[in-house]
Amino acid sequence: MSAEQRQRAIEIRGVSRIYGEGEHRVTALSGVNLAIAENEFFTLLGPSGCGKTTLLRLIAGFDFPTDGEILLHGEDIAPLPPFKRHVNTVFQSYALFPHMTVAENISFGLQMLGRPKDEIKTRLDEMLELVHMTAMRNRQVNQISGGQQQRVALARALAPKPQVLLLDEPLSALDYKLRKEMQVELKRVQAETGITFIFVTHDQEEALTMSDRIAVMSNGEVRQVGTAREIYDQPSDRFVADFIGESNFLEGEVTTVSETSARVKLSSGVEIDASLPAGKTPSGKVTVVIRPEHASVGEPGPDHLNGTLEEAAYFGTDTHFHIRLDSGDLFTVREQNVRSVRDQHRKGERIAAHLGPSAAQILKDRS
Amino acid sequence: MRKNHFDLRAQPGFGLITLFTFFALYLPIAALVVYAFNASESLSVWGGFSTRWFVSAWNNDAVQDASIRSIVIALWASTLATLTATMAALATTRTRPYRGLTFKYALINQPLMVPEIVTAVALLIVFSRIKVWTGYSGLGYLVLAHTAFCIPFAYLPIRARLEGMDLTLERAAADLYATPWQTFRRVTLPLLRPGIIAGFMLSFVISLDDVVITEFVKSGGQDTLPTYMLGQLRRETTPEINAIATVFLALSVVLVMIFFFINRKRE
Repeated sequence: MSAEQRQRAIEIRGVSRIYGEGEHRVTALSGVNLAIAENEFFTLLGPSGCGKTTLLRLIAGFDFPTDGEILLHGEDIAPLPPFKRHVNTVFQSYALFPHMTVAENISFGLQMLGRPKDEIKTRLDEMLELVHMTAMRNRQVNQISGGQQQRVALARALAPKPQVLLLDEPLSALDYKLRKEMQVELKRVQAETGITFIFVTHDQEEALTMSDRIAVMSNGEVRQVGTAREIYDQPSDRFVADFIGESNFLEGEVTTVSETSARVKLSSGVEIDASLPAGKTPSGKVTVVIRPEHASVGEPGPDHLNGTLEEAAYFGTDTHFHIRLDSGDLFTVREQNVRSVRDQHRKGERIAAHLGPSAAQILKDRS
Repeated sequence: MRKNHFDLRAQPGFGLITLFTFFALYLPIAALVVYAFNASESLSVWGGFSTRWFVSAWNNDAVQDASIRSIVIALWASTLATLTATMAALATTRTRPYRGLTFKYALINQPLMVPEIVTAVALLIVFSRIKVWTGYSGLGYLVLAHTAFCIPFAYLPIRARLEGMDLTLERAAADLYATPWQTFRRVTLPLLRPGIIAGFMLSFVISLDDVVITEFVKSGGQDTLPTYMLGQLRRETTPEINAIATVFLALSVVLVMIFFFINRKRE
């Protein structure tokens, strides 16, 4: 079942958030539309200041949209205060209550909802079990490590069984190894609880490995929504291609268009096949994007991107070849290093980038 | 260790000045405490060790009376001042900065800036009018006057505590279904407690210690301990005064220590 067909947990309709007035007007979000399905691990990805945290705050109720609707299972929650929304948050700083124990922190939400004592106790035990913190239940929160605080924050937010869990860059304060562990941990918890997760991060790797779907944001707008593979292999515009992974951009002109691809004549005169962007038939001048690992180095020829080798940077697992194309563009090819083979390419050598099948993707925007 | 020439402690004469400062601060107090145990009736001639002046102060009805009155006024005034200051601190920190906020700070801290004698005279005039209109001449006037000048002393530590508090905690409480009142009760207030206790104790000591305003506002027979002592100085003075002051000193040291330990435990 595709994400679109499943029931929608959250639907963002034309949401804008504008701060200040007159000259001081700042548009944090403009006309955002998103549909997030139940049980989905959905990530808002973008550089700082792109509006991802603002959007999360609007869903949590810490801020209110200037315009638009936020539907939680079909009901508009945009005007409600945070304590009336069945949505919980894991904060970047964890925001654990310093005057309470681990157990008191986790029980807080259920107590505020006025649940019976025995239900709170059962749920507390469940939550402690879920995040492997049972032995720490009576500790003060300043007596546990950063990773453990993270687990408590997660348990505290999950205890009241929210319809949607919001996570605001929850792993950014952890060191590399712990972050990797918590990524796996978060995926496991999401699968076990079946709760919809909306995860905010600026870390593309984190987004690619963890998410069912990703919304890439910049300047208060959603640039592309899709699975990790869609976002990486078929970036819709230059920003997305640039922000996620490394990219080569080449200018060209569309000559012929078929159902799934087009012939693009590059400025050097070489013609290549390129995939079409979703929902748009390109014509005239276009930009194509080619990922460095979707090309390989080889002998120059009439159908290849010919140039001279400027630099070959060795990275252990792979080598990056920086080729100055005859058109003047710099083109990077990434090849995996195989131990036995291959004579060394030398700087200044005539060389070409050979494109793999469907390596090139036409972008929606014209540069 | 390399000598750091920019370190204040490395400047010539630093040790001497320090010693002098300590002597200037504590020598008079030490003398006061020592002469409280003087057996003779003199404030300056040592006549052997005795605790007679403590006993005599304890048995002095006027001292008892003034002490109880001082404590009653201080308790009322510091309670009211702390309540008001807590509300004022919440209102001035849990808001975005706006025009007029600085003016409000100034208004709250006004008793720190206006000479006490001005407030004293002003209160004397206003209260004497009210006394005539209402016929009431109880301790209420002193309590009100003390509350007014205690507010800034209670306000400052509470505000400092609020400003150091992570606002995300209150947001987290709201996120976990706590209504604004529950958030205040369960999160803000417990975290604010050390500031409130500090504010209360500071107000208590300030109220206990006040002479100028009390002297002007009090009606006949409403002496507090400081005004009683001042009155005694005009007659023959005995080390009884020293004994009272020593107990005073011990009390405030104990208060400060209690506060210190409460805070230490929380850290």
